[in-house]
Amino acid sequence: MLSDAIVAELRAIVGEKHCMDRQEALVAYSYDATPMQQALPDVVVMPASTAEVQKVMQLASRHQIPIVTRGAGSNLCGGTIPVGGGIVMSLHRMNQIVEIDEQNLTITVQPGVRTVDIHQAVEAKGLFYPPDPGSMVISTIGGNIALNSGGLRGLKYGTTKDYVLGLEAVLPNGEVIRTGGKLMKDVAGYDLTKLLVGSEGTLAIITEAILKLIPKPTTQRVMLAMYADMEQAARSVSDIIANRIIPGTLEFLDQGTIRVVEDFKKIGLPTDVAAILLIGQDGEAEIVDRDMERISAICQKNQAVQIKVANTDEEADEVMTARRSALAALSRMRPTTILEDATVPRAQIAPMVAAIQEISDRFGLDICTFGHAGDGNLHPTCMTDARNHDEIERVEQAFEEIFAAAIDLGGTITGEHGVGIVKAPYLEWKVGAAGMEVMKGIKRAFDPHNLLNPGKMFAKESRNRVVVNRA
Amino acid sequence: MLKEALQNKLDYEELANCMRCGFCQPACPTFRETGYEAASPRGRIALMKAVTDGVMEPDQDFVDQMNLCLGCRACEPVCPAGVPYGQLIEQTREAIEQVQEHPWYVRLVRKTAFTHLFPHQRRLNRLGGLLGFYQRSGLQTAVRKLGMMKILPKQLQEMEAIMPDASAKSLTDRLGATVIPAVGERKRRVGMFHGCIMDVLFQETNVNTVRLLAESGCEVVIATGQVCCGALHAHSGERETAKSLARQNIAAFQKAEVDLIISNAGGCGALLQEYDHLLHDDPEWQEQAKWFAGRVKDISEVLAMSVQPEAWNALPQRVTYQSSCHLRNGMKVTKEPVNLLQAIPGATYVPLKEGDRCCGSAGIYNLVQPEMSGSLLDEKMGHVASTQADILVTSNPGCLLQMKAGIKRAGLEDRMEAVHLVDLLARVQKKEAN
Repeated sequence: MLSDAIVAELRAIVGEKHCMDRQEALVAYSYDATPMQQALPDVVVMPASTAEVQKVMQLASRHQIPIVTRGAGSNLCGGTIPVGGGIVMSLHRMNQIVEIDEQNLTITVQPGVRTVDIHQAVEAKGLFYPPDPGSMVISTIGGNIALNSGGLRGLKYGTTKDYVLGLEAVLPNGEVIRTGGKLMKDVAGYDLTKLLVGSEGTLAIITEAILKLIPKPTTQRVMLAMYADMEQAARSVSDIIANRIIPGTLEFLDQGTIRVVEDFKKIGLPTDVAAILLIGQDGEAEIVDRDMERISAICQKNQAVQIKVANTDEEADEVMTARRSALAALSRMRPTTILEDATVPRAQIAPMVAAIQEISDRFGLDICTFGHAGDGNLHPTCMTDARNHDEIERVEQAFEEIFAAAIDLGGTITGEHGVGIVKAPYLEWKVGAAGMEVMKGIKRAFDPHNLLNPGKMFAKESRNRVVVNRA
Repeated sequence: MLKEALQNKLDYEELANCMRCGFCQPACPTFRETGYEAASPRGRIALMKAVTDGVMEPDQDFVDQMNLCLGCRACEPVCPAGVPYGQLIEQTREAIEQVQEHPWYVRLVRKTAFTHLFPHQRRLNRLGGLLGFYQRSGLQTAVRKLGMMKILPKQLQEMEAIMPDASAKSLTDRLGATVIPAVGERKRRVGMFHGCIMDVLFQETNVNTVRLLAESGCEVVIATGQVCCGALHAHSGERETAKSLARQNIAAFQKAEVDLIISNAGGCGALLQEYDHLLHDDPEWQEQAKWFAGRVKDISEVLAMSVQPEAWNALPQRVTYQSSCHLRNGMKVTKEPVNLLQAIPGATYVPLKEGDRCCGSAGIYNLVQPEMSGSLLDEKMGHVASTQADILVTSNPGCLLQMKAGIKRAGLEDRMEAVHLVDLLARVQKKEAN
């Protein structure tokens, strides 16, 4: 509980209406999109400017109150759950597009701008901001930067980190730093811009960002390829890349996902196939057409049982429906849907999918896998029920093994969702004890009193690495 | 105690099905207006769940937040998990209503409206007669001249100003028959659901509906014994009354032995289509309720089955369409009204930006939440003005009144009119087709 005096000070900074400590507000800001995570803050503040953010930060620093910064609360790692109470700072009022610079091809935005609004604003000018996380219709750019969000276009265009050129951020001591700029080259000192991208609100509060834009591709086409065998699908992916084609999208659905999607949407997907690849290319029309032909030939060579190339927008829409409905279809099966993002080098997709299937069967769970085949970023999705404690325990064990399997294959515990609370116990598996120490040192340098988003990234205790005998 | 009432009423399974992804938020008018998490479907469900779980006490803030919801259900089609938010908010309101201590005058108004008025079509028509007398006797002019309307809240003044002429006759009296034969070959036998308010304030639309149905090959039965659909009751927490109305309607239409039941009001149609859910805990009525729910169609669905543009006069005007939320999100009818408008010879159909977003009418919301409703309406009229349409089409009486009020409020009366889809189609239908 914060004293009335502190709440009154916060009110004075952000205004009566934008500082709330009534029950309703505390409950509404106690969760994000992560299943089974919830903690009440003591107060919710909604600043409208960098200056207000600074004043709130200074006050929090003076009284040693934790601050959890929040955009739309659409993350899947528990990144904005106020586990230590304190202040939840929602930046949704800082939602202005400051400038689109068509000379330098940049956009300058406040953190509360929705990702989809950035897409629309720049595409109206023939420009393109590629990162497209699944939650982009609600997510804010501040959240995307804090979690270094990915999306469907990661293979060809990279992720959020590849588009952040400069940042304005408020440090825990209340000072403002500006990193980078409208610069493609800048080696003046440590790259603080990249350091803040993906820092999950633990180092500083991002209050403005300069993002890189590229010309918008003129043409887009998509196709589906279906396989009786996962290996053949995986080999198609490797062959496409080996043939020096980088598709704009390269997604896949496993058999479990296909069955659930077909059951839900009735779009005529064959439920006996082991995998479906959804492949898209964008760019200049001639190149796109040529690539689509070559990709079809590669899929054919790898024994695709069926190939469907979309020739019209309606057909493209139909083709995309399968992938777009995956999460919806899976989440209708059971009350709780746990969506993970274990990631492996793309050549290891087939063994990783097999490992997930084996683990799922062994623990008697429903885990279906879909995801970004092109960049090895998989979404093993468990359909379960948070109220069934026995099952949830098995889910946790299964995911632990899935993380371990990913690391064994040269992968990582999280490709695009972030560490937050839920993967903090496993971070050491990926970065090692020495890596943990470096990260903790960085944290201390920025935030010596551990006020920013405490309880995230660094767990009190790391999990012991599971060793599974996979003969 | 509200907490216990909520624990009893709320479907916990469905609360648990919300996975908090937040995909509902861009669709929610009150969230977009406020940016406040609690004022979104995800937020409201979290509040309902917190109360049921005992994490929070249902205080006045809770009640206010539930009342701020328009009930437009725009969150439902975009929900990946398929959470029936509309049912959850109705269950919540029913619980609130159960324990709410209203001041005596609110109790009186609610009792009068919900128990003594809406369920009784004859009384409504009689009231319509009084309203008609008020409008036509010169009393309305006198009242307006004397400035007596000024004592009413602004929203009520705006509504009084655009109130259509009321009818004292019932639809059957007006048509002089309960069965209207199909013109030409009889394709099907349909029951006309005439609604309560619809039949008093928009009886012309009902007459036109019957005519268009007959001309499209339907034998139309005005099933006797039908009553108000119960939507206003269900939305306001009077679920038991809604159930009893549902039973009366089911009986009336079963007796009429119809293939389809036709509604021309999205707000009514959506509830009619959910009678099976409304009566799900009434085993005696389950089968009949399913029979009924499965037969309900919006008028636009039937007319779109057999569009005959050659039977229509040209209409050299720009038309745009504001969807009824419950027609779109409840009945899932989206294309048919637009297809019909696009088929009118000579007319230019201009899509309305955010025409799928609530206009702020939402039953009696515009009267009880004037501030939010007004700001939604102003935004709406901005988009409407930029279509430069001559005719703004909608398909539900509440929306139609709100659009009429909006046009007046935005000073657009000289440039455009708001019309029910059915009335527009009746206007272009060639007379010789009769």
